[in-house]
Amino acid sequence: MWRPCGVIDETYEQDLAIVRTFPQWTLTVAALGALALLPAYVSGVTLNTVNHIAITIVALHGVNILTGLTGQITLGQAAFMAIGAYSMEMMVRYWGLSFWIATPIAMLITGVAGVIIGLPSLRIKGFYLAMATLAAQFIVPWIIVNVRPDLTGGTDGLTVSPPSIGGLQLTSQESIFYLCATVAVFSTVFARNIARSRYGRAFIAIRDNDIAAEIMGIAVVRYKLLSFFLCSLYAGLAGCLYAIWMRGISVEHFTLHESIWYLGMLIVGGMGSVVGVILGAIMIRSLTILVTYIGPWIAVFLPPGTGTVLELGLGPIVFGVVVLAFLIYEPHGLARIWERFKAFYRLWPYSY
Amino acid sequence: MLFLQYLVAGVLTGGLYGLIGLGIVIIYKSTKVFNFAVGALMTFCALVCVALVTNVGLPFWLALPISLAFAAFLGLLTERVGLRPLLAQPILTLIMATLAIESILYGTMLLFWEGYTISFPQGVLPGQTIFLGPIFIPHEFLYAFIVATACFVLVGVFFFKTQMGLRMRVTAESHVVAMALGINITRIFAMSWMLATVVGALAGIFIGNRLGLQVAITPSLAFKALPAIIFGGLDSLAGAIIGGLTVGILEKMAAGYIDPKVAEITPYIILLLVLLIRPQGLFGEERIERI
Repeated sequence: MWRPCGVIDETYEQDLAIVRTFPQWTLTVAALGALALLPAYVSGVTLNTVNHIAITIVALHGVNILTGLTGQITLGQAAFMAIGAYSMEMMVRYWGLSFWIATPIAMLITGVAGVIIGLPSLRIKGFYLAMATLAAQFIVPWIIVNVRPDLTGGTDGLTVSPPSIGGLQLTSQESIFYLCATVAVFSTVFARNIARSRYGRAFIAIRDNDIAAEIMGIAVVRYKLLSFFLCSLYAGLAGCLYAIWMRGISVEHFTLHESIWYLGMLIVGGMGSVVGVILGAIMIRSLTILVTYIGPWIAVFLPPGTGTVLELGLGPIVFGVVVLAFLIYEPHGLARIWERFKAFYRLWPYSY
Repeated sequence: MLFLQYLVAGVLTGGLYGLIGLGIVIIYKSTKVFNFAVGALMTFCALVCVALVTNVGLPFWLALPISLAFAAFLGLLTERVGLRPLLAQPILTLIMATLAIESILYGTMLLFWEGYTISFPQGVLPGQTIFLGPIFIPHEFLYAFIVATACFVLVGVFFFKTQMGLRMRVTAESHVVAMALGINITRIFAMSWMLATVVGALAGIFIGNRLGLQVAITPSLAFKALPAIIFGGLDSLAGAIIGGLTVGILEKMAAGYIDPKVAEITPYIILLLVLLIRPQGLFGEERIERI
């Protein structure tokens, strides 16, 4: 860990702190304050996007732990989210549990499902594992739609009633914003701490070379499954948030494309970096919003009849181009650009 | 009798899976890239073929070679723009690169063809559904099967009897050795992408003739070819056809005897089972890992 000149740790607590200097504390408090005041000065539409980004960040932390830190490629994050969302809603609907009790249970259910889907990772890796999660991504929605359509609503999905807290119904985007933002902040802190703990270092060792990790005494089986468990835990939480944000769930929301987008966001943000997760989610989600604004401007130049689905088509194109560009020109993602900027800012006006 | 019908349907579908799988195997063998974009590539080329027939008004026998040439060009372009700068990168990077290309193609297709089902005009392929007693055989799939078999034979001959095929096999064995022997491996990569995309385009065109093409759905048909090649072994040409046939037959059997809905996920269940029991597949090479 690089720290500014003159910052000296005198206690173990100081050494362990994430936020360590006075300016950092000021910035952190200011950022959290700005986040808390956000609903006051942005419109509902923007807040809707912010909520989507917050939910994406939660899901993406999971992908980051599994793919970024442990190196196990997953093409099934959306399926995990579906498991979380559906188990939450079904517990609320059929057992009458409140959202606040159902969500942790749904997260645990998703975690267990994640461990089951992660079992092939003990024998296979690389794209063979990607295949296994891909299979899960096809099988999970199928189970949801076909096994008990009377309970899950089949292809129509279910509507989700807004949860309430202390008599206040979380119906408005503002109230959902406070929930999502709080969860996103806490899950970011948790993810950051995982990454620098004994678990995180074991994950990184497995990513870099699992055979070497095993020889060094890391219980590869346990940590791989733990990684799948944590990833699904995050996915389950994100799924529950998604359900109350959308006020309804359907397998249409949890497609393979969604899973691919999570991986892409991770690439754009920077693999294995908590900052990267936030930056990647913000960048890709904002780009898709931007595209809907730019779309009509481009549509003018296209032959009539092709512009109607311009927004639908432009989104994937922009996503693909951005991901490909980052893969080729900045494989470490936005997080590395941010690091470079910080170094530049510290040293300015000197070059080193 | 019903069993025979399912078997025939399975073999014919399996031929298509094999054809798509062949495209993936060709690329994997020489470049060690797993091409997730194969579905989008084949749909794109098939849609171009449809557009040539319906919008431009070319006869099918002329549109076919043009669209195959387009496929070769598209494969070349994909390799040059997307994969060439990423030579020898980690596996996740390569997977993500093909997924990004898939996304770009998907978006482009949506722009031009939107979400409707697009099919070839009736009777583009001569002949009609064949009835053999109680068994009926869709002639489009029969053509597809014949073409698939021809493709396997041609690709096999190409790989094992020609100079270029020999170079490709050396490149598949080891990039470093191939370079040391004076083989221009980037040219080999370009060749294999062209070849694979053409094979995929053929599969797409036959699918388009029988089932119609839909931008959001047809690419995912190619994902059903993944179990086929994993089953047969990722780097085996024979494995692709045998895996394709097996998956096709099992899918149709599941559709007939259990439930048509179960057929949708049968390939993926096979995939999971193969991955758990014998990840390298029937004819695949088992990798021995060293640190």
